[in-house]
Parts: sequence; structure tokens; C-alpha cells
Amino acid sequence: MKSKEVSIFFTDITDIFLFTIRVIRETFSRNFEFKEFIHQCFQIGNKTLPLIAITGTIMGLVLTIQSRPILIEFGAVSMLPGMVAVSIIREMGPVITALICAGKIGSGMGAELGSMKVTEQIEAMEVSSTNPMRYLVVTRVLAAMLMVPLLILYADALGLIGSWAGANIKGDVSFALFFSQAFSHVDFIDFLPAVIKSFFFGAVIGIVGCYKGYNAGRGTESVGIAANSAVVLASLLVIIVDMIAVQFTDMLVL
Amino acid sequence: MITEQVITSKNPSTADKSDEIVIELKNIKKSFDKQEVLKDVSLKLFNGENLVILGRSGSGKSVLIKCIVRLLIPDEGTINVLEENVGTLNSAGLDALRKKIGFLFQSGALYDSMTVKQNLEFPLRRINKDLKQQEIDEKVLTVLDNVGLADALDKMPSQLSGGMRKRISLARTIIADPKIMLYDEPTAGLDPITSDEISSLINEVQKKYKTSSIVITHDIECARTTANRILMLQDGVVYKEGTLEEIEKSDDPFIKSFFKL
Repeated sequence: MKSKEVSIFFTDITDIFLFTIRVIRETFSRNFEFKEFIHQCFQIGNKTLPLIAITGTIMGLVLTIQSRPILIEFGAVSMLPGMVAVSIIREMGPVITALICAGKIGSGMGAELGSMKVTEQIEAMEVSSTNPMRYLVVTRVLAAMLMVPLLILYADALGLIGSWAGANIKGDVSFALFFSQAFSHVDFIDFLPAVIKSFFFGAVIGIVGCYKGYNAGRGTESVGIAANSAVVLASLLVIIVDMIAVQFTDMLVL
Repeated sequence: MITEQVITSKNPSTADKSDEIVIELKNIKKSFDKQEVLKDVSLKLFNGENLVILGRSGSGKSVLIKCIVRLLIPDEGTINVLEENVGTLNSAGLDALRKKIGFLFQSGALYDSMTVKQNLEFPLRRINKDLKQQEIDEKVLTVLDNVGLADALDKMPSQLSGGMRKRISLARTIIADPKIMLYDEPTAGLDPITSDEISSLINEVQKKYKTSSIVITHDIECARTTANRILMLQDGVVYKEGTLEEIEKSDDPFIKSFFKL
């Protein structure tokens, strides 16, 4: 990488850090925009549900279909529900859902705020005595932090149902038996790191999406750039946050 | 369609004009990177007058009015608005001052995700949180009627033409009863007839709401219709200042070419 590109990358990271500090400061200031926060929760949560439902179900289905022959080879097919449950709850569910959310929510925020910037709507808000950081950014970031973990739990549940369906394509296992076997291998401690890291995934997606949109350039071209770079950077940061979370979990032997 | 009663003000009002200064800019300088946009601009806006700032594209007109509401911060100079120094105001003070200023953006800047009604309610709810829904509805209908678009209440901005967007944007600005109006290229991108309607509407707002206004434009017809006084910007400095008659009488080749005299 050329020195100029390295310099731009680190400037970007520093700016995101400063932007995050501003978001935190505005979050704890007075006049929280509660109505807009609820509206954003609906936009982020409800409108992503169908996409997450399809992805979650297919994730469980595919994982089961691909794992089954190997487990049969080792005579461990009874371990299938437990193995799938642990991998979906600890890793597959959170990461795949977060990556889907980075694409859907991150690009949406980048494009929406980017077009608001280009068409002077953010400035119009500012001269209407409304703090755009508080109204547009804080509400979106907090909504993403709340909705992404819920979407992940929803994807986990549908992933397990998909897994049960997958197990029944070539086998025959009842719903009750499948879930009994699955949850016999899952402890509360399997949920905890996954839920904690999913809050960070939500924060990363919200902050990057808003940062890219809020700092879009002047032309219409910059809206596309903002949406695109929001997805790329948010996806990359989701993977990095996941790596850090795994290291922490491993250190704490969770 | 704009109602006929709206297009009546072919000349700006002078009835409420006084010597009281509402905006005063002293030696404003503003650069972006190494490009000096405003080199040394000083101006005064008197109570009740329409001051038109004319200049070529890129002469720093929009930058100048964005400095007045502190959307941009000048590198040097002082800006006093309604006897307050804009540069030294804290966040609460700036919010209070902005409530007295209406800003019509070049693009209209209507919120895309909201209906016309929600766009108009937005500033109203923020400026006066004690207003009841009935009072808000009445104000919304009144301003929409004033701009001749009472039937656009439930439309989305994407369903409006360029001229309608400008008028709704103007309605959103005047709904909060501002003392000062700042118009950034109000007729840009509009056909001559709609431009004429918007210019007349600016005069109508001046008369009805007793506002003092700065109109940024490069549209000579808009300037002729709305100006009590004209200030010409060129290369980041004030090139010429005076009434329309004084400016048009000038022998300066730049002014002659600008006014196509």
C-alpha cells in the first residue's frame, strides 16, 4: 500500500474514533429523541426480519446437511443437534447475521444520511434548532445496538428449526427429541459471549453506517460511495470484533 | 397551482424599513484548504429590507449566508445578528438565535422521508414544544395557503415539482415566524414563470411577516423583483453596493455584462 493510502486509512480510523466519542457524548446529553429511536428500531428490526429469517433457516439447514455424512462416518450422528446448536449460537448465528445486517442496515444508513447531506437536509435540521447528531445518529446507533442482538437470537432460533428440517431430509427425528438433544449441549455460558459481542456488532454497524453517511461528500456520487464503503468497513470491523471477542472468551475460558 | 392572490408583490416593501441593523458582518474571511473564498466582506442588513447579494457562481455567496447561521465558521471577522455575536454564542444561545432566522436552502432541503405536513410540523414542534396539535394543524394550513399549496398536505416531497418544493420549503421556513429570512438561490433551476412566482412570494413574505431578508442569487430578474438594495460580490470581496437604479446606472463593464445592459 502506498504511504498516502495508509495515511488515509489511519485518518479514517481516527475520525471514526472521534465520531464515536461524539456519539457517546450526545447519547448521555439531555433531550433524547425517544420517538425517533422507536421509529429507527422499527425500521432496523422489523424491516430486516424477513431477510434474517431466510438466512437463519438456510444457515441451519446447510450446516446440518453438510455435517451429517461426516458424523455418520464417525458414528456420532446423535451429536448432530448439539454440534449445530453450539456452532450456531456461539459463532455462525452472530457473525452471519451481523454481516447481513452490515449489508442491509449499514448501507441503508450510509445512503440515507449521505443523500440527506448532499441535499442539505442535515443543515436544514441544524438551522431548525435540532441537533442532527442526536436526532439522526444517536437514535440509529442505539437502535442498531438493540436490534442486532435481537435479530441474532431470532436467526439462532430459525437456524435450529432449519437444522431440524435438514436432519429430517434423510433421517427421522422428532422436534422434541432434536431440541432436547440440542439444548443438552448448550449452556447459558454459550449465550453470554455471543450476546455481548452482538451488542458490539450492532454498535459497529450503526457507527460506521452513520459516519460514512454523515461525512459523505457533496455530489450525488458520494451517496453511492458512502453506502458502499459503509458495508465494506462495517463487515471488516464485524470480523475484527469477532476475532477480539473470541480471544477474550478464550482467555476467560467461557 | 399557485393562487392568484399570492402573485401580487412585484415590488419589495419599504413600509417597515428602518435604520435598525439586524445583521452586521465585519471583515469576514473564509478559506477552504488554500482557496480563499471570502477575502474581506463587510455588510449591513437593515430592519425590514430585502438585501440581494449578486455574484457569479463560486463567488462565495452561499458560504457567506451559511456563516451567518454558523453552519460554517469564518476564519476571521465578526458576525452580529440581532445584536448577538454569532461567533461567541454557546449551543443554547445559537439555538435560540436560529429560531429567529429562516433559511431557504438552494435544494429546498425537504425531508424526503416525511410528508409535506410532517415537514412543516418538524420545526414547529421543536421551536415551541407547548403547542397543541390543533394549533399546529391551523398553522400548517395557514402557511400552506399562503404559498398557494393547501392541497399538498399529504404529499411526499418526491411527488412535488421543483417550484412546489421551493414553496413548501419556504412555508416550512416561515411557519416559525422568523424575524430574518435568508434565501440561498431561491430561483435556481426553475423556469422563468415559476421563478417569477417565487420572487413575488419573497416580497409577499416580507410584507406579511415583516421580515428582513438576504437573498443570494445570480438571477437578475429575481434581484430586480425583490431587491431594496443590491450588493455585488466578486472574487471574495464586495464589488459594488447600492439600489437597483444606482447599480444599473454604473458604467462598470463587469456590472454591465452581469445585468446585460
